[in-house]
Amino acid sequence: MGKMSRLGNELYNGHKSVDFVGRKALFYVISLVIVGLAITAIAVKPLNFGVEFRGGTEQKIQVASGVDQAEADELREAIADADIEGAANPSVTTAGDDSLVLTTESLSEEGEDETEAVILDLYPEIDPEQDISVQDVGPSWGREVAERALIGIAVFLVLVVLFIWGYFREWKMSAAALAALFHDVAITIGVYALSGFQVTPAAVTGLLAILGFSLYDTVVVFDKIKENTTTLRKSTESYSDAANLAVNQTLVRSINTSIVALIPIGAILYVSAVQLGASSLQDLALAQFVGMAAGVYSSVFLAPRILVHLKSSETEVVEQARRARARKRALADRYAAVPVFKDDMPIVDGEPAEQRPATGGLPPADEEEPGNRARPSDEALGKGRVAPAQTRPVSQSSSSGRQQPVRQTRSKRGKK
Amino acid sequence: MATRRHRPGRTLVVFFLGVAVLFGLVALGQTWKPALGLDLQGGLRITLTALGDPSDENFEEARRIIDQRVNGSGVVEAEVTAQSGEYIVVEIPGSTENRRETEELVRRQAQLRFRLVACGEQSPVNPCASGAPLGRAPLTLEPSDKPGGKKGRNNEPSYTTSPTDTASPTDTASPSDTTSPTDGPAEDPEGEAGPEVRTAQDEITWAASPDQESIALYNSLQCNDEGAVVMTDEQGETVPAPQPDDPDQPLVSCGFRGDTVVKYLLSRSVIEGTELSDASAGIPQGDVKWAVSIDIGNDKDKAHPISPEPWTCDGDGNIVDEDDNVVDAKPAGEGDPCAGGEDDFETISSQLVDTERQFAIVLDGTVLSDPTMEAVIYDGKSQITGDFTEEEASNLANSLKFGALPIAFDKDVTTEDVGPSLAGDQLTAGLTAGGIGLGMVMLYCLLYYRGLGMVVVGSLFVAAAVTYAMVLLLSEAAGFTLTLPGIAGLIIAVGITADSFVIYFERIRDEMREGKSMRVAVETGWARARVTRIAANTVSMLSAVVLYIFATGAVKGFGFALGLSTLIDLAVLFWFTKPLVSWLAQFKLFNSGHRLSGLSRDTLGLDAPPARAATPAGGNA
Repeated sequence: MGKMSRLGNELYNGHKSVDFVGRKALFYVISLVIVGLAITAIAVKPLNFGVEFRGGTEQKIQVASGVDQAEADELREAIADADIEGAANPSVTTAGDDSLVLTTESLSEEGEDETEAVILDLYPEIDPEQDISVQDVGPSWGREVAERALIGIAVFLVLVVLFIWGYFREWKMSAAALAALFHDVAITIGVYALSGFQVTPAAVTGLLAILGFSLYDTVVVFDKIKENTTTLRKSTESYSDAANLAVNQTLVRSINTSIVALIPIGAILYVSAVQLGASSLQDLALAQFVGMAAGVYSSVFLAPRILVHLKSSETEVVEQARRARARKRALADRYAAVPVFKDDMPIVDGEPAEQRPATGGLPPADEEEPGNRARPSDEALGKGRVAPAQTRPVSQSSSSGRQQPVRQTRSKRGKK
Repeated sequence: MATRRHRPGRTLVVFFLGVAVLFGLVALGQTWKPALGLDLQGGLRITLTALGDPSDENFEEARRIIDQRVNGSGVVEAEVTAQSGEYIVVEIPGSTENRRETEELVRRQAQLRFRLVACGEQSPVNPCASGAPLGRAPLTLEPSDKPGGKKGRNNEPSYTTSPTDTASPTDTASPSDTTSPTDGPAEDPEGEAGPEVRTAQDEITWAASPDQESIALYNSLQCNDEGAVVMTDEQGETVPAPQPDDPDQPLVSCGFRGDTVVKYLLSRSVIEGTELSDASAGIPQGDVKWAVSIDIGNDKDKAHPISPEPWTCDGDGNIVDEDDNVVDAKPAGEGDPCAGGEDDFETISSQLVDTERQFAIVLDGTVLSDPTMEAVIYDGKSQITGDFTEEEASNLANSLKFGALPIAFDKDVTTEDVGPSLAGDQLTAGLTAGGIGLGMVMLYCLLYYRGLGMVVVGSLFVAAAVTYAMVLLLSEAAGFTLTLPGIAGLIIAVGITADSFVIYFERIRDEMREGKSMRVAVETGWARARVTRIAANTVSMLSAVVLYIFATGAVKGFGFALGLSTLIDLAVLFWFTKPLVSWLAQFKLFNSGHRLSGLSRDTLGLDAPPARAATPAGGNA
C-alpha cells in the first residue's frame, strides 16, 4: 500500500512523472500500429453478422408428445454441437405446448439435411415432411434500424464535438477526443472481428456504450488538463508539461477506474465465454471489455498527446514554452551566488537556514528533511498570516522588518 | 467556498425519504420481480398472414410500421420479423394479459378515412330511407332540391377541372347532362385519359343526393350484431359482403352507436389517414372519456382526391404526372382538388356546420364515430370519440401516428406462447458472474480506500436499490423489460458509477496533499470533482438522449437504459455520497487522519511532519 500511495503522491506533485506527452513518436506509432492491425483484421476476417442482421432460416418442429423448456435447451445444444455451417449459434424456443422453433442463419441444402438429422435423432417419432416447416426469416435489425442508429450516432458526434468545444473553449480538444474515439472503436471492432464471435444486437449495444465511455473518459482527463493549463500559467511549465502533469495526476484515477470497471466485465466475459461456451453475454462483454480498456488507454496515451501536438503550433503555447525554458534556466542558476567554501572562511552557526533565499519556486532539495510532505498551500486559507509568494524582486527593508517589493519604473525592472 | 451552510445530515434524510417513497410506489405496484425480456422469459408470438400478394416494398413497409407500433416507446424490445414474404411474426415479451388488444394493435391496418354520411339509419337526414329503393331516384335530377342546401351556399360543384367526369356510366338516374353531371361514384379508370379529379366539394354534393346504385347497394346490405356488413345470398344465409374499403368508392359501413349497430352509406373518402400530421390519446377537457386527438396536416403532396395512380399533386397544387409534367394547372377556389387535408376539412366543416348532416370517421371500413359539425374548423384539429378505454385510445393513436399498413392481413392471426430463447443457466451464470465481479470491486475499494471504501460500498448498494426500484416501476408503467444484455449493461454501469466516487476521492486526496485538512479538502475537492462529473455525465447523457430520439427498436431501449443509469449515478453522487462524506468528516476517525479512514498521511503517501526542535549544528556549505 505504501508504495502505491507514495507513487500517487509523487505523480501528483510531479516528483515522479511518466513522460506520456513528450514521447511523440512512440505512442503515435503504438496507436497507429494497433489501429492498423485492427483494420487489417476487419479486412481479412470480416465481421460475422448474425441472424438479426441478415435473416436466416426458421424451422418449426411439431412434437406431438409436447415440449418443455428443457427440451428446447437440449435441442439447442445438440444443434450447436453438431458443427453445422451457419448453425453455430442456434436459437431454440418453445412455441405453444407442442412445437419448437429453431432459428439459424440461412442454411444450405446440406445444412438443412444435417439439422434435420439432428432433430430426428432427438425426436425419432416425427415425420420430417409434415412436422417440420421451414421458413425464411427476414432481419429484425435490418437496414432501417442501422440507418436510424447511424443518424443517431452522427447527430451525437456533432453534438459532442460542439459540447466539448463549448465547455473547454477549445476545438482542438474536440478533435483530439474524436481521434481517440475513432481509435477505440477501431480497436474494438478489430478485436471483435478477430474473435470470430457473431455480431449480435447485444454487441452493437456494447459498441454504442463504448462511444459514450471513450468520450467520457477523455473528458475527465481533459478537464484536469484544462485546470492545470489555465491556473498554472505563470509557472515554469510549458503547455505540454502542464498537460503531462495533468495526465500523471489523473493516472491513479485512470488505473482505479479501469480496475473497477473492468473487473465485473471481465468476470462476465470469463463466465460466458469460458464456462458457458457460446452465449449472448460474451458478445456484449467482449465488446465492452476491449472498448473500455482501449478507452482508458487512449485517454491517457493518445488524446493528450494529440491535443498537445495540435496546440504546439499556437503562438501563445510556443511563447509559454520559451518562457518556461528561460525561467528554468534562471532557477537552475540560483545558487551561483553562494560562496564556495574556502579554508579561511569564518564558520558561523545558526544563520544559514535563514539565509536561503525565501523566494518561491523550486523547492530546494532538502538534504536534511527528505521525504514527501504536504506543500504549504499558496492560497490564503483564512486563518493566520500566510505571506503570498512574491513575484517581483524583493529586498530587505528595515522599517517593516520584512521584505518589501522594490518600486522601480518599468524601464528599469529588466526583462523577464 | 462554503458560504452556504452545509447540512449533510438533512440532505441524507431527504434522500432516504425519496428512496422510501420510490419503494412505496413499487409496493403499490405489488410486483417485486422485474419483467424479463424475450430471451429470458419468452412471450407472445403473433403470426400475421398477408392477404393477396403484396410487393416486397409494401411488405417491408408493413413490417417497419408494425415494428414502430409495438416498439413505439422503445423500452419493450419486441421483435418483428418478416418471413418468406408472406408472414410477419411479432414477438412481444411477457405474457400479455390483454392479448386481444395486442393482436388488434399489431393487425390493425389503420386505414383512417373521413367520409361524408349520405344515409344513416339514425341520421336525421336520410335520402335513402329503406323500403323505397328506387323511389328517390329523381332526387339527383334536381340539384337545387338537396336537403343539405338550406344554407343557401353554392352547392354546385365546380366541374371545370373534371373533363372526363362526363362519362359516368353508372349514374343512370341522372340526365345525361354532359356539362354538369352530378358526381359519378363508380369510375372506370382504365378507360380514362386524364385524371379523375375529385374535390371535397363534389363529395358534399354527392352526399346530399347519392346516386341510385349506391342507394340500392345500401338497402341490399345489412349489419350484423358484430358490426360487420353482411348480405343475404340466394339461400337466405347471411354472408359477409364483399366490399373493399376503396377510397374512390362509396362505402356501406356499420358502426356502433351505443349498443345498437347502425348502417351508413358513405361518400368517397375526403380525407385520408395519411394526411394526418399527428395523433395522440387523451381525455379532452370537460370530458370523462378517452378520445384520440388528431391533427390533419395541410401538405399538398399528400392531398388525396386524385386518381388514377400516377397523377399526383405537387407542392404548388398543380396536378402532375409521374415525370413532374404539369397536366392540369392549379384550379382556383373551393373546388381545388389539390387542397390539403386541412383546407378540405375546412370546406367540409363550413358546409356542414349548423346542418344536421354528419361526416364519419372510418377506420378499416368500420365507422368509429359520426359527428355533426358544431363549428367551422380551420386548423384541422379534431377528435375521435367513442367508447375507448385508455389502452384502446392510446393503441389507436399509436396506429394512426405511425401510419396505415400498406397491406391487409388475414383476420385469423396465430397467437402462441413462446419460451425463452436462452437456457436457464445463462441468467444464473450471468448474475453470478456479475455478483462476483461486484464483490471484487467492493473488496478492491475497501482495500484501497479503507474508510472511504465503506462509502463506495454503501453508495453502490444505494445505486443498485434505486436502479432496481426504477426498473420495477418502469416495467409496471411503460412495459420496460430486462433482457440478458440489459442486465449485463446495468452491471457494467456499476463501473461508471464507481468511477464518480474514484474521481471524488482522488480529488480529496489531492487537496490534502496540497496541505489542506480533511474537512476543507472534502469541500474543495467536491467543488472540482462536481464540475468534472457534470461535464463527463453530460457526454453520457447526450449519447443516451440522442440515441433514444433517433434510433429505433433495441437501440432506443439501450439509450433509455443508459440515460437512466446516468441520472441515477448523478443523483446518488449528489444526494448520497457527497453528504455522507461531509457527514463522516465530522468524526474524529476521518478528520484526524486515522489509519482506517483511508486519508491518513501514510495512505496519501506523505511522510510525518519534520521534527521542529532538531536544528543540527553544522557548517554552512
